[in-house]
Amino acid sequence: MNSANYLYLSALLFTIGAVGVVIRRNAIVVFMCVELMLNAANLSFVTFSRINGNLDGQVVAFFTMVVAACEVVVGLAIIVTIYRSRRSASVDDANLLKR
Amino acid sequence: MINYALELGQTAKPEAVLFYILAPLTVAAAIGMLVVKKAVHSAILLAWVMVTLAIFYIAQDAAFLGIVQIVVYTGAVMMLFLFILMLVGVDSSESLTETIKGLRWIAITASVGFGGLLISLLGRASLGRTTTGLVDANSNGNVEGLAQLIFSDYVWPFEVISALLITAAVGAMVLAHHERTVKRVSQREQSQARFRSGSLAAAAGLPGPGVFALHNAVDVPALLPDGTPAPTSISATLKARGDMLDSAQYQLDNNDNAAEDK
Repeated sequence: MNSANYLYLSALLFTIGAVGVVIRRNAIVVFMCVELMLNAANLSFVTFSRINGNLDGQVVAFFTMVVAACEVVVGLAIIVTIYRSRRSASVDDANLLKR
Repeated sequence: MINYALELGQTAKPEAVLFYILAPLTVAAAIGMLVVKKAVHSAILLAWVMVTLAIFYIAQDAAFLGIVQIVVYTGAVMMLFLFILMLVGVDSSESLTETIKGLRWIAITASVGFGGLLISLLGRASLGRTTTGLVDANSNGNVEGLAQLIFSDYVWPFEVISALLITAAVGAMVLAHHERTVKRVSQREQSQARFRSGSLAAAAGLPGPGVFALHNAVDVPALLPDGTPAPTSISATLKARGDMLDSAQYQLDNNDNAAEDK
């Protein structure tokens, strides 16, 4: 099987994640879509690592996983903080800078 | 299991079968994530996407990353997501109505273009090159090969990442820390306030929920000695959610009447 199929799958998942970030309003779901995009990028790292026959791509994917974990921790803490003051997890309600 | 998966990954045909079965399921779950209404369902679908990605990693000779994917993503990250979902409130599901008019169609049109561009670019990046495979790179084992790289070429990024992890942990603690603005009311003060509130009816504390012997549950207001239900006996959260049952239907004489009617 051609390894490019994995790349196409990863591009598709990345696009789906991007659509989710734009159209969903719940901050937690938006966050999950960002995770999906990070995972899709990881899949192409692993696939390129296999195509090129060295492990550098897998190391970068490993680092991406760590960064994603950090991002989730901080992001969810921000969501909890916003929820505490606004009683809502919708991204439309965090509009303090607009007023 | 892992050895079997690795063998499966190295032979061409079973991998194709694996891919063509799992890839549509992955894409379906990812699309389902966008269209389901409840955030919890989105989380479960995302967990499935992550598990299939782990299978793809293992099939592509990245056994270590496959296991880490399951442990870190479906284990830690998804549990964190579910935890926050429960904290924020499961029923805070958004309505899927769009706040900006026509946003959904603009987003879908733009994403079709973006996805087409991405797929054509990625196809170009890999075409005309034969897949080398990781048999040589993994000759000493996948974990050993990764360790060799991480602790030689990538040792500086590795240390920076450790600093980032610590910063993120501290940042999360700072963000989630909650300073009390009013003094916490102690039990003694609560008791004194009950006695000084004018009426002595609440002095003994609020009644417990449930109609004794017929329906002893938290969602049924207790019956006071005069037969009227006591709304203060159940939690305000249950009342707000509308999960409160009518205690009249569990009253003894009402029940007898119902039996006679039958």
